[in-house]
Amino acid sequence: MDIAIIVGLDVISGIASLVLISAGLAVIFGMMKIINLAHGEFLMLGAYATVLSVSAGVNIWLAMLVIAPVFVGLFGVLVERCLIQFLYGRLVDTMLATWGLSLVIVGGTTMIFGNTIVGVGSPLGGFSVGQYQSSLYTPFLALMAILLMTTVWAVMKFTRAGLIARAVMQNPDMAATLGVNPARVYMATFGAGAAMSGLAGGLLAPVAGVVPTMGAAYIAKAFITVVGGGTSVLWGLITASGLFGFINQIAAFLTTPVFGEVILFVAAVVLIRMLPTGISGKFFKGRL
Amino acid sequence: MQILKGMNAALIGSAVVAVGVIAAPYYVDLFQIMQLTVFAAMAVLALSLGFIWGYGGILCFGQTSFFGLGAYAYAIAAINFSDSTPAIVMAILIPVIFAALLGYFMIYGGVSDVYLGVITLTVSLILFNMVNSTAGDFYKIGNARLGGFNGIPGIPTFNMPGNPDYILSPEQAWTVTGLALIVVYLGLRVLIASTFGRIIIAIRENETRAALLGYDPRFYKLITFMIGGAIAGFAGALYINWGAFVSPTIFALGLSAQIIIWVIIGGRGTLIGPVIGCLLMQWMVTSIGEQQTLDANFILGAILIVFVLLVPKGIAPTLRDLVLARLPAKKSETAPSNERVKA
Amino acid sequence: MTTPLLQTSNLTIRFGGVTAVNAVDFTLRESELRCLIGPNGAGKSTFFKLLTGQLRPSEGHVHLRGTDISGSLPHEIARKGVGIKTQVPNVFNALTVEENLWIAARHKHTPAYATDLAEAILTQLRLTGIAKREVGQLAHGQRQWVEIGTVLAGEPDLILLDEPAAGMTHDEVERTAELILEINRKRALIVVEHDMQFIKMIAKTVTVLHQGAVLIEDDVATVLQDSRVRDVYLGKGLAA
Repeated sequence: MDIAIIVGLDVISGIASLVLISAGLAVIFGMMKIINLAHGEFLMLGAYATVLSVSAGVNIWLAMLVIAPVFVGLFGVLVERCLIQFLYGRLVDTMLATWGLSLVIVGGTTMIFGNTIVGVGSPLGGFSVGQYQSSLYTPFLALMAILLMTTVWAVMKFTRAGLIARAVMQNPDMAATLGVNPARVYMATFGAGAAMSGLAGGLLAPVAGVVPTMGAAYIAKAFITVVGGGTSVLWGLITASGLFGFINQIAAFLTTPVFGEVILFVAAVVLIRMLPTGISGKFFKGRL
Repeated sequence: MQILKGMNAALIGSAVVAVGVIAAPYYVDLFQIMQLTVFAAMAVLALSLGFIWGYGGILCFGQTSFFGLGAYAYAIAAINFSDSTPAIVMAILIPVIFAALLGYFMIYGGVSDVYLGVITLTVSLILFNMVNSTAGDFYKIGNARLGGFNGIPGIPTFNMPGNPDYILSPEQAWTVTGLALIVVYLGLRVLIASTFGRIIIAIRENETRAALLGYDPRFYKLITFMIGGAIAGFAGALYINWGAFVSPTIFALGLSAQIIIWVIIGGRGTLIGPVIGCLLMQWMVTSIGEQQTLDANFILGAILIVFVLLVPKGIAPTLRDLVLARLPAKKSETAPSNERVKA
Repeated sequence: MTTPLLQTSNLTIRFGGVTAVNAVDFTLRESELRCLIGPNGAGKSTFFKLLTGQLRPSEGHVHLRGTDISGSLPHEIARKGVGIKTQVPNVFNALTVEENLWIAARHKHTPAYATDLAEAILTQLRLTGIAKREVGQLAHGQRQWVEIGTVLAGEPDLILLDEPAAGMTHDEVERTAELILEINRKRALIVVEHDMQFIKMIAKTVTVLHQGAVLIEDDVATVLQDSRVRDVYLGKGLAA
C-alpha cells in the first residue's frame, strides 16, 4: 500500500515536472510554430538567477517565483528583438538561430561561472509514508504546475492578450485584423514563454545540479511533451504531460529512469505515427 | 551533357585530391596525419547530412545518432570478431536499420520539418543518456563491455581485409580514410545525377507535384534518410579507426550542433560545401582548444547565428552565385539550375 | 452498360461547419471532354482535390474504371492514370523546364525514352526555346504551360485542368483551346474554367457546380441559356 502511494506521488510529480519544464516551450511552439532550441538554456538561466540571488541574500521564494521568471522573461524579449524578429517567417532558420543562441549561452555561462555545480538547499522538509521518505517539495511542484496551468487558462480566456493569443494560434494573420502589430505579439510570446521557462528553472534549482550544461538533461522530455501534445498550448500540454508523465514514471519504476525515458520516447514516436500533428492536432483542434 | 561536364570536373578534382592523399604521408609529420585522418572521417559525416538535408530536404538535427551507433556497432563487432571487415559492415548495417525504423515512423507518419528536426535531436539526446547509463558488468555484448560514461577503450582499428593480424599503420589508416571520403563524395555525385537523385530533388522542390506525378515521396525520403544513416555509420567506423576509442559524448548535443554548422556554413544543396565547412570548423575548433579565454561552444553558436542571419545559403553557393554574376548574362541564365541539380 | 472512366457517388467533404462539396454524383465516359464551371467557392478545386487524393472525402466514393479510389493517396491515384494541373502552378521551381518534363516522363519510362518524350512535349507545347530555363524564373503563363507539359509527360488517361487559361493572353488562350481538343483525341479531360469564351471554344457537355452541389449538367448551349445558371453567375458577364 505504501509503495502504491509512493508510486502515485512519483507519477504526480512526473506529470507536474513535465508541465513545468515544457510550458514555456509549448507557448512559443503554439504561437510561433517553432521549437525554441535554447529552451534548456532558458531553464538553466532561471536556475542560475535563483542560485545567485539566494547567495546574495535574497529570500529563496522571491528568487524562484519572481526573480527567475522576470529575469529570463526580459532576456527572452531581448532575444526576440535582437535575433528572432529578423527571421520572421523562416521557421527552420529561426530554430537554427535558437540553437546557435543555446550554444552561445552555454559557452558564455561557462566562461563567467565555470563548469562547476552550484545549488541551493530545498526550502521544504520531508514527510514519510510508512517506511518511505518523500519531500514536501514534490507536492509543492504539483501545486505550482496546477497554478501555472490555471493562470494560463485564465489569461487566455478572460484577457485581451489572451484573445489575441488565441486568434494567432488559429491563424497567424488574424492578429493584423484585430489591429495588433504581429511583431509585438511575437515579442510578448517569446517573453512569456521565456518567463515560464525561467520559473521552471527557478523551481528546479533546489532539486537539480545547477551547471551551464544542465539544460540538456531536460530538453529531451520537454521536446517529446510538446511535439506529442501539438500546437494547442493548454490542452496539448496537459494531455501530453499526463500521458507521458504516467508512462515515464511507471516505466522508470519498473526499469531504470534512463529506460523510462527511452520507453517514453518510443511511446511518443508511435503516437506521432498515428497523430502526426500531436494529440491536440487530432482532439483539440482550434482549442486553447 | 551538363551532367557529364560536371562529373568530369568532379572526377579530375577527386583524382588530384586522391594523389594528395596518397602522397601526404611522405611530406607531412605523423601528428598532422592523425589530425587529417579525423578531419576526413568527420567530413564523411558532413556529407551524410549534406546529402539528406541539401538534396533530400530532410531536416535531421540528430545525425550524430547514426554516427554514434555506427561507432558503437563497429566497436562491439570489432572486439567480438577481432576483425575490422565485418565490423565495418555492422557499422553501416545497424544505423541503416535504425534509420529505417525511425524514418518509417516519422516520414510515413507525415510529420512536418519542425517535428522531424526535433524528434531526431531528441533521439540523439536519449541515446546519449542511454549509453551513458550502461556502466558495469551487466551491460556486455559478447566480449565487449559498453562501459557507460567511460566508453570503450582499446577498440581494434582497421586491419587488412581477410588478414586480421595485419593492422594498418597510422599512415595507411589515413590513406584509407582520405580515399573513403573521395569515394563517398563521388558515389553521392553519381547518385544525385541518377534518376533517384533527380526524383529526390524534385520532391524537395515540390512534394505535392511529385506525388501527383505518381512518385511516393515517403518512400524516396525514407531511402534517402537510410542512405544518410549508412554514410554516417560508416563515418563512425572511420572515426574509431582513428582514435580506437568511443564514449557516449559521440551522441552529445555539441556534435549534433557541429554537423549542422558544417552544412550551414558550407552550404545546403552542394556536396563540396559541407566538406569545406567541416574542414574549416574542425581546424578552427582545434585552434580554439589551444587557448583558454573563449569557450568553443560560444564561438560555434556565434558562427551559427551569423551564418543564419547573414549568409543563409552558406559559403559554396554564395561563392558560386558571385562567380556566376560576373559571367556573361546569357550563361548565368541557364547555369544556376544545372549547378544546383548536378553539383 | 460499360463501366465509366470516372464515377463519383454522394461525394461529400466538410471543413468544420462548411460543406465544400455536397453529395456530388458525377460520371465521365472514356475519352470524354467535360467542362466544369461555377462561381468562386463553388467547390471546383476542392472536387479536383478529392479526385486526386489530396483530400479525403467525408462521405461518398470515387470510382476510377470501377475501382474505388476514395481514400487512396495522391501518388497511388496518379499511378492509376489521373493527372492534374492545379490552380496555382505546382512545378519544380529550381529545375529547368526540360528537367520538369523529364521527371514526369521518367515515372513510366526508361531514361532514354523519357528524354525523347520530354523533347516531343517541348515541341508540342512550343517550349523548346525555354527548355534550359529554370522554371522558377518564368512568367505565370509559361509556368502553366510547363505544368500542363508535366501532366502530359505522365501520359494519364484522365487529365484534370484547373483554370488552364488563367492569366494568358488572347492568343495563348486560343492555343490552349486547340491543345485541349488535340489532347482529347486520346485522353479524357475535365476542365475547370471561368472564361466563357474559352468554354464555348472547347465544350460539349458542361457541369455547373454551385455551393458544392451539381446545379445542372447538359450540353453547352442549354447550360448557358439556363436561367438558374444565369442567376448564379449574375453580374459575371455570362451572356458575353
